[in-house]
Amino acid sequence: MAKPVRNSAHPPSPTTRSDLWVAGTEEPDWMVASTDEGAQEMERDEPQGRSVEQRGTRVVDDFVIDDSASDDERMIINMGPQHPSTHGVLRLNLELEGEIVRRVKPIIGYLHTGMEKTAETLTFLQGGTNVTRMDYLAPLHNELCYSLAVEKLLGIDLPPRTLAIRVLMTELNRVSSHLVATATNGMDIGAISMLLYGFRERELILDFFEKTTGLRMNHNYIRPGGVAADLPDGWEDDVSDILERIPAAMDDYEDLLKENPIWKGRTQGVGIITEEECLAYGITGPTLRATGSQWDLRKSQPYSGIEQYEFDVVSGTHGDVYDRYRVRIGEMYQSLRIVEQVANSMPAGDYTTEDRKVSPPPRSRIDESMEALIHHFKIYTEGYKVPEGEVYVAIESPRGELGCYIVSDGGAKPLRMHTRAPSFANLQALPIMMADSLVADTIASIASLDPVMGDVDR
Amino acid sequence: MAQDVTGTEPDDEVGMESIEGEASARLLPQDALLRSVVEPVGSATAERSLGDDVVRIDRSDLAAVAESAKSAGFNMCVDVTAVDYKGVRRTRFEVVVNLLSHQHNRRLRIVTAVPEDDPTVPSLVSVYPGTNFFEREVYDMFGINFEGHPDLTRILMPDDWDGYPLRKDFSVGEVPVQFKESHQVQ
Repeated sequence: MAKPVRNSAHPPSPTTRSDLWVAGTEEPDWMVASTDEGAQEMERDEPQGRSVEQRGTRVVDDFVIDDSASDDERMIINMGPQHPSTHGVLRLNLELEGEIVRRVKPIIGYLHTGMEKTAETLTFLQGGTNVTRMDYLAPLHNELCYSLAVEKLLGIDLPPRTLAIRVLMTELNRVSSHLVATATNGMDIGAISMLLYGFRERELILDFFEKTTGLRMNHNYIRPGGVAADLPDGWEDDVSDILERIPAAMDDYEDLLKENPIWKGRTQGVGIITEEECLAYGITGPTLRATGSQWDLRKSQPYSGIEQYEFDVVSGTHGDVYDRYRVRIGEMYQSLRIVEQVANSMPAGDYTTEDRKVSPPPRSRIDESMEALIHHFKIYTEGYKVPEGEVYVAIESPRGELGCYIVSDGGAKPLRMHTRAPSFANLQALPIMMADSLVADTIASIASLDPVMGDVDR
Repeated sequence: MAQDVTGTEPDDEVGMESIEGEASARLLPQDALLRSVVEPVGSATAERSLGDDVVRIDRSDLAAVAESAKSAGFNMCVDVTAVDYKGVRRTRFEVVVNLLSHQHNRRLRIVTAVPEDDPTVPSLVSVYPGTNFFEREVYDMFGINFEGHPDLTRILMPDDWDGYPLRKDFSVGEVPVQFKESHQVQ
């Protein structure tokens, strides 16, 4: 009985069969071929070209079965869309050879709700309710990006307090989003405590959001022309409470994970992606910075006055899961640093623009002023008209470059509203990260990418 | 505040100068970087729109201008999308490519018009591999074909979906049952 020999350097041993022969118990050929060490042993050196295609800039993601491997070794399994570690409804088509992932194809669209189509039916004022539901872990960044795009088309300037409130809220949102990312990253690799701690501290921020905006998520707080409401009374105490408790809790995370040998063993050298590959595939955010890049839109193309505050761009070296985790932890400290500066230098004044064609008048004015009543009525019924033009605005969301492309035909509703979703582009990193890694490491790679499926599918 | 997003240049036209000696005098931008993108491609014209650099080209030159932009330092393609101008413009679709240069810290938008009767543009996957998903999304939503794309299939909608949802003639709420295959006995 000839067993298939894949690697001549390790010929199958002739003494593996049992010495005691019992009639009728011999294993059939297929079982020997599929369970024997000889068949399961993987070749470390691959045929020329294939790994280049997978790792380099030419990922071919159609499944062409390589004839050199028998069907017993190669299988295609679907991971997701109901897998708990795929962070929502991400489905991965994995081509496995034994326990080694050879090729990956992300399959998305399970959460597609046509938000870009919906945006064409909403006025510019209503649009915020739509975009805030895209990236549900960083809703304020979506709102900010959309608002900046509309404001650029309108050509309006905002009071300094509005800008400061926006920076305060989005940076707090970055902390809460990274807390979830770190928590779920921990959970996926087995550090369940991290999940509990991360969500516990996130509640502090969400409580503050609820107090300020009325909702824990999907705030519709940042709107074209300003923000929906001023910061609540006593916000300074809430923010200083956050600034006190979250860094203290994060020191605990550092004790838990930073030098944890199991954590390091599961994350270091896993899911590696290089800076060159990130640039080729349009991958941004912590994933790009973990490769050593210093690209952060808050520094290079600052928005909403964030250039006034001091902070450092956190970057890694190796581009692996561990470095991405370190970048997120570092960014949380930096964001809290920004929040502290904003809280200490919060300017007085209006929280929305005075332009009553865009920003509705205060409720108290409606009883006194005919113009205020007219403005209120016009804004909430037909909306405001936005000059013709097209604009692309990008900000640094917790997941990378979040862009908003709006085309206005001069009406009250956009002709086209497109969101450049960072998670959508970042998913293209998965085939690069996972090729030739173990199945168990796919979980770590997905978690470190921190995809939000609402952002991917929109 | 709005200017903070893409730089502080004024929103006026790009300074143009014509090249003498060419058969048809062509206007080229004075800005050296833009000029190096636009000059090798015959149909390209540069303009400024609300502080953004926009290059308009014929669709057959899309890959060529992407090549010249990449060699000029625009090392990342951040976005590919499309707009349906049905009833607004004579040429129905527009494909919009957003490029980013880390080196120069600038953005560039490449816009090309695509007619309704032949919605085909060359794919940029060979120049910027990251356009793979974005081109699939545009194909899925607008029915614009990207010639040379390695895997041009639907990405967000189900495979058996009829029509292209982001086209203007695809109305909201048109389709009552989403997965029509699901009730059929196999």
